[in-house]
Amino acid sequence: MSIAEASAAAAARHHAPPGGAALAIEAAGLVKRFGATPALAGVDLAVAPGTVYGLLGPNGAGKTTTVRILATLLAPGGGTATVAGFDVAAQSAAVRRRIALAGQAATVDQDLTGAENLILLGRLAGLGRKAARARAAELLAGFGLGKPAARQVKTYSGGMRRRLDLAASLIVAAEVYFLDEPTTGLDPASRAQVHQIVRSIAAAGATVLLTTQYLEEADQLAGRIAVIDHGTVIAEGTPGQLKASAGGGVLRIRLADPAQRADAGPVLSRLLGVPVQAGTDPAALTATIPASPSGRPASERAAAAVTELARCGIAVGEFALGQPSLDEVFLALTSSTGSGNAREATS
Amino acid sequence: MTEATTVPALPATRADPPLPGPPAGPRPAPPGAWAASAAFGWRALLKIRHVPEQLFDVIAIPVVFTLMFTYLFGGALAGSPGRYLQFILPGTLVMAVLLVTMYAGVGLNTDVSSGISERFRALPIWRPAPIAGALLGDIARYLLAGGLVIVFGAAIGFRPAGGAPGVLAGLGLLLVFALSLSWAWTALGLLLRTPQAVMSAGTVVLFPLTLASNVFVSPQTMPGWLQAFVNVNPVSHLVTAERGLIAGQAAPGEVAWVLLAAAALAAVFAPLTAWLYGGKR
Repeated sequence: MSIAEASAAAAARHHAPPGGAALAIEAAGLVKRFGATPALAGVDLAVAPGTVYGLLGPNGAGKTTTVRILATLLAPGGGTATVAGFDVAAQSAAVRRRIALAGQAATVDQDLTGAENLILLGRLAGLGRKAARARAAELLAGFGLGKPAARQVKTYSGGMRRRLDLAASLIVAAEVYFLDEPTTGLDPASRAQVHQIVRSIAAAGATVLLTTQYLEEADQLAGRIAVIDHGTVIAEGTPGQLKASAGGGVLRIRLADPAQRADAGPVLSRLLGVPVQAGTDPAALTATIPASPSGRPASERAAAAVTELARCGIAVGEFALGQPSLDEVFLALTSSTGSGNAREATS
Repeated sequence: MTEATTVPALPATRADPPLPGPPAGPRPAPPGAWAASAAFGWRALLKIRHVPEQLFDVIAIPVVFTLMFTYLFGGALAGSPGRYLQFILPGTLVMAVLLVTMYAGVGLNTDVSSGISERFRALPIWRPAPIAGALLGDIARYLLAGGLVIVFGAAIGFRPAGGAPGVLAGLGLLLVFALSLSWAWTALGLLLRTPQAVMSAGTVVLFPLTLASNVFVSPQTMPGWLQAFVNVNPVSHLVTAERGLIAGQAAPGEVAWVLLAAAALAAVFAPLTAWLYGGKR
């Protein structure tokens, strides 16, 4: 380890206070093409140490490509990035000594048992034989995998495999954790467990870069979020800022009688001053209520709209005012550039 | 209104103990090149133990061929099944070990296509360690396959004239050639998309090479065009060298030919494998 490397590592370990120069992850203008397909078209990121940062976007937006470049698995086609203070291209070995990666596919060996997987990865992380065994046993017990530890991973359920995968990234301490869609395809209980794991990593003072397709997840876990689409960051900020950019809230109404939908649409549209979307559900109507310039809360306006429907003799079966979904945040963010409709093209 | 359902923030239902986080204390120094390779070698041995059918499926073919040829045609070909067995067994030994080499490519391809190689590549380890470790495992696999065929042969009456030294020398030469050939499969394993494709490609190459050789009969009675092929077939040279070594009458020319062929295979495919493995960036 060079002197520069040692001092940078020390700085990162002490989690330079906010305002200190050292960022845990810094990317500037990352570009990557796969053949003719542009995957990243200039990604900029700045992640403060000791924080959970969400990278939010649909399939094919460039989340995984970004993570793979930052984890030194892929050379950037252009731009620069540092992780824990080291350049991912020029100092990749130093980066690898400071990161942990849990990939999108559960990257454990299906033929080996759960215990063997963790012992192998412990050995590869530099633990001695005994220490690797002890750490494997500790993690397996802690993640509720003590019983199936001696079974081949191919017999595990999806949730068990993901827990093993995350356990594998916790074998030794890392400064920066890359978790690529850690909850995709999991049932709600397993998802809650993964959230708990992310919080425990953050509680230990490490930095987490988390990619997800779910706004709710990023909202719950991340202090800041970058929304990525078509290989560029189209918005960045706290979860609250992002949701505000998509409007005050989303009113979702389900009519008692689908036949009345044609009448209900104009009523709502007139009252709320926004277009009303008719969903695939024949009884459903959705309206994005914009942040009001008068400061009147979205909830009040939504309630007024529902009352008005009842006054017009249109029976409402159910209604809800929620935060915008990822889709709606996306539509709001991409409507200005007109790229919202084309985003399936890169997936 | 399915699109309206939000994922509820699930409370930790039962009084679960907190899940373990990262360990306190500094990260240990990364393993050296040998320690990392040895760890991957251990993984390869575990795979032999957990998936033994991979080895036995492949060995079954030469064993069935040995039985079939020895007892069906042996008498006609060599006067008696016992005498024919002395001829065919070094050939089916070669066939068994060469067929097993395919799994070097299948295993590497499985690692890449399943994504586990990504995890390995993000570790602070000597970069070729996964391949070096897999080769350590291959050595065990080849010796196991060769040993099983010899034991099987001995059980049905194979009596090598060269004794134990001859058999060990034969296994040694076969191991050298098999390891060199493994590099061709690892390169192929990095080029093709699925483990099944590697398997098919390996079968398509190896079956004609082992069948159109001197494994089962000497080529004198074959038509000229086939004789020409059999005589340049590397498998024929390898089998001739093996017969010599196992009989205790090594043919230095054939052994040298096999060693040269092995060196050539390794010289082409080992760098190609390294380039393909490291170059997928």
